[in-house]
Amino acid sequence: MGYGMNIWLTMLIGGLITFGMRFSLIYLFGKFEIPETMQRALHYVPPAVLSAIIVPELLIQDGSLNIAFTNIRLMAGLVAIVTAWVSRNTLLTILVGMAALLIFGWL
Amino acid sequence: MREAKKFFWDGVRAEIPLLIGVFPFGMIYGALALNAGLSAFASQMMSSIVFAGSSQFVTAQLVQDAAPGFVIILTIAVVNLRHMLYSASLAPYLKNLSLKWKFLLSYLLTDEAYAPSIIKYKKEGVNPFSHWFLLGAGFSLWFTWQVSTALGIFLGTEMPEDIPLEFALPLTFIAMVVPILKKRPMIAAAVSAGITALLAYHLPFKLGLILAALVGIIIGTVLEGRKPLWGTE
Repeated sequence: MGYGMNIWLTMLIGGLITFGMRFSLIYLFGKFEIPETMQRALHYVPPAVLSAIIVPELLIQDGSLNIAFTNIRLMAGLVAIVTAWVSRNTLLTILVGMAALLIFGWL
Repeated sequence: MREAKKFFWDGVRAEIPLLIGVFPFGMIYGALALNAGLSAFASQMMSSIVFAGSSQFVTAQLVQDAAPGFVIILTIAVVNLRHMLYSASLAPYLKNLSLKWKFLLSYLLTDEAYAPSIIKYKKEGVNPFSHWFLLGAGFSLWFTWQVSTALGIFLGTEMPEDIPLEFALPLTFIAMVVPILKKRPMIAAAVSAGITALLAYHLPFKLGLILAALVGIIIGTVLEGRKPLWGTE
């Protein structure tokens, strides 16, 4: 395979870059003036990133879009969204969503 | 110190559903890395040196394909680009901490540590102990990731195939994101990001996720700026 020392160096640099990106703006904050628009934009990071993670998890199956009733992840996800909307309760949402997944899997 | 302890354990508690979802992923990673030709030691160490799930999966794949080191490094960088968004988003709340704390919390800053922590900060703001929450969430995830990797390496190919526990991850994110979707720009940000993520799903290196996040952020910001009376504020 030709790896050995090489893979350790690769991992180390990859790890340093990952750390660097995580550290970058936490470190730089306050060292220069941040434009107001940018500060406003940061409020939208959580809904944007989380939705971008959630939606494909529910709708993509084996690499392609599946919006049929037979997509049990989608159905269970919708149940969870309604539960979260109504209850605003994290634990309840997860339990109901999990239960829905199991039940739809049986049907 | 009592206060610090309380925040730490609150962070751990908020992280528990995510830990359940992450555990099978860690096991699958461990088994895959070993299978890709990495030594057990290297497979395990990657979980603490890189400590970023999806980039570790891709790395294992690239090692198997005998890709050159710089390709692997570049891939790790691109796949983990979204962490800069998390860094920017949390930065205002961490600005008063010492460099030591900033170092530690940055190392622990994953998707799963970011999500509950930013929600907590947005709800309660900053107090002298609030970073202990992020530490609790981040450390419990780190610990779980190490243990699940080890178990995956140990079990190797004898791993059970389909583990529905993974579904706890999107469910937890749903439970976190839905309650913050109150104002219209927030909803627009979430919906546009979701749609973009679908359209861009086939882009390599998780670029679809970054593109979707950026589209959502821009749309939310533009809508908020345009009409101050638009939301329900």
